[in-house]
Amino acid sequence: MIPACAVADLPEGEAVRIPGEVPIAVFNVDGEIYAIDDTCSHQDASLSEGWLEGCLIECPLHAASFDLRTGMPTGAPAKKPVRTHSVVIQDGVIYVVPQNQEAVV
Amino acid sequence: MRTVAVVGASLAGLRAVEELRSQGFDGRITVIGDEPYQPYDRPPLSKGYLAGTRTPESLRLADQSDTDDLAAEWRLGVRADSLDPLTRSIRLSDGEEITADGVVIATGGRARPLPGSEGLSGVHTVRTLDDAAALSADLENSSTGVVVIGAGWIGSEVASTCHALGRPVTVVEASPTPLARVLGPDMGSVCAALHTDHGVALRTGVGVRSLTSSGFGPWKRVTGVDLADGTHLPADVVVVGIGMLPNTEWLAGSGIPVQDGVLCDAGCVTAFPSVVAVGDVARYHGPGGPVRHEHWTNASEQPVTAVRNLLAGTTIEEYRPSGYFWSDQYGTRLQVAGHPADADEVAVVDGSPNDRRFVAEYRRRGATVGVLAMNNPKLFGRLRRQLRDRAAV
Repeated sequence: MIPACAVADLPEGEAVRIPGEVPIAVFNVDGEIYAIDDTCSHQDASLSEGWLEGCLIECPLHAASFDLRTGMPTGAPAKKPVRTHSVVIQDGVIYVVPQNQEAVV
Repeated sequence: MRTVAVVGASLAGLRAVEELRSQGFDGRITVIGDEPYQPYDRPPLSKGYLAGTRTPESLRLADQSDTDDLAAEWRLGVRADSLDPLTRSIRLSDGEEITADGVVIATGGRARPLPGSEGLSGVHTVRTLDDAAALSADLENSSTGVVVIGAGWIGSEVASTCHALGRPVTVVEASPTPLARVLGPDMGSVCAALHTDHGVALRTGVGVRSLTSSGFGPWKRVTGVDLADGTHLPADVVVVGIGMLPNTEWLAGSGIPVQDGVLCDAGCVTAFPSVVAVGDVARYHGPGGPVRHEHWTNASEQPVTAVRNLLAGTTIEEYRPSGYFWSDQYGTRLQVAGHPADADEVAVVDGSPNDRRFVAEYRRRGATVGVLAMNNPKLFGRLRRQLRDRAAV
């Protein structure tokens, strides 16, 4: 489990990025916490800096859009999904359990 | 309409095919491309590909299964030499003739050559995969250094990549301030400072007099650049980034009006309703007159409108560009949206240009018309949306 941040530090509609070899982005959508790979499957851009609309995150570079619940792209230019990760909240802290498999195509 | 020919197999051509299918066209599609490759993404050519971090395969815009789903016939490695818009027949460089009910012109452009550089090895432009591969190979053996002519987007990105590869680089720009025409002098200066921040020499306000060379015939190779002020810059690799020329020569005499691009109405339809144009080559009628955009996003967005009008047989939708483009240089991400112009008032709304992290708005008669961001994609995304939503009102 990787600690992301305190629940209090991630207001609704915001995102936080966990740096690392494979960075992870954590989002708060109306109180629900989601974690996905931070790097867009299309090209090098950080999804945590993207535009959040409902459960969709739009890449800040080319407007590729992903569903936070499934990691699936909603259309061009991204073709491949991003991985989703489980989230655990303990004592007011958000933890991410990284999923090691490749994203399911 | 039962058959459509798409002339050009890059982003705009591919997007046209995708739009034809997603808008319900189930007839025959033939795509003609003069490069021998399936559609690939050009922006990484000056960055990841040149740096060696992106493979050619990773540049493909559509993988094999997507390509199969489009069910198009690909005629790659052949050029379209002429078009008769009345019969919509296209003559190809291999002698074949293709006739279709509708034609999408997506022939893009080519790099503007530097006069006097013909047949001189070591001199490069970066437009195609082959261009970038040739530059990459030349950089491997470069010892003297690199001169980049033109501090526009491509020139700046190539300079940044060459610098990251450890090559000594000098950038030469004829205008006093790079990018001033697009971003205005103040913001142009801020962007240009990225070069000097990283120890890359930038010479502005000075033109190129000539290239120097040694050797003879096929062994003739560039040795440097003579500037108009008498300076000589030694170089064994010279990269020319002085703009592009739209590929319209093949339409000469066709009856399709051409003037710095294929002239179209506001919906990307040419003088012939069954012929539309998209991407870098399309000069459509915008609110301020005929305009051509040379950006990835434009090539990606325009086919939506053009294909709709082609299938309708008349202009039922006008093109509304988002005017979005980006550039990555020296680890810095620049993003521009809307339609900034030199004469606009520029206001920094977040951060500071000195910190190389800021967002600026361009205002005209009190209204925001453009946004420029350096290393702040998040706020940029928000302002870009506001700009789009306001434009839609």
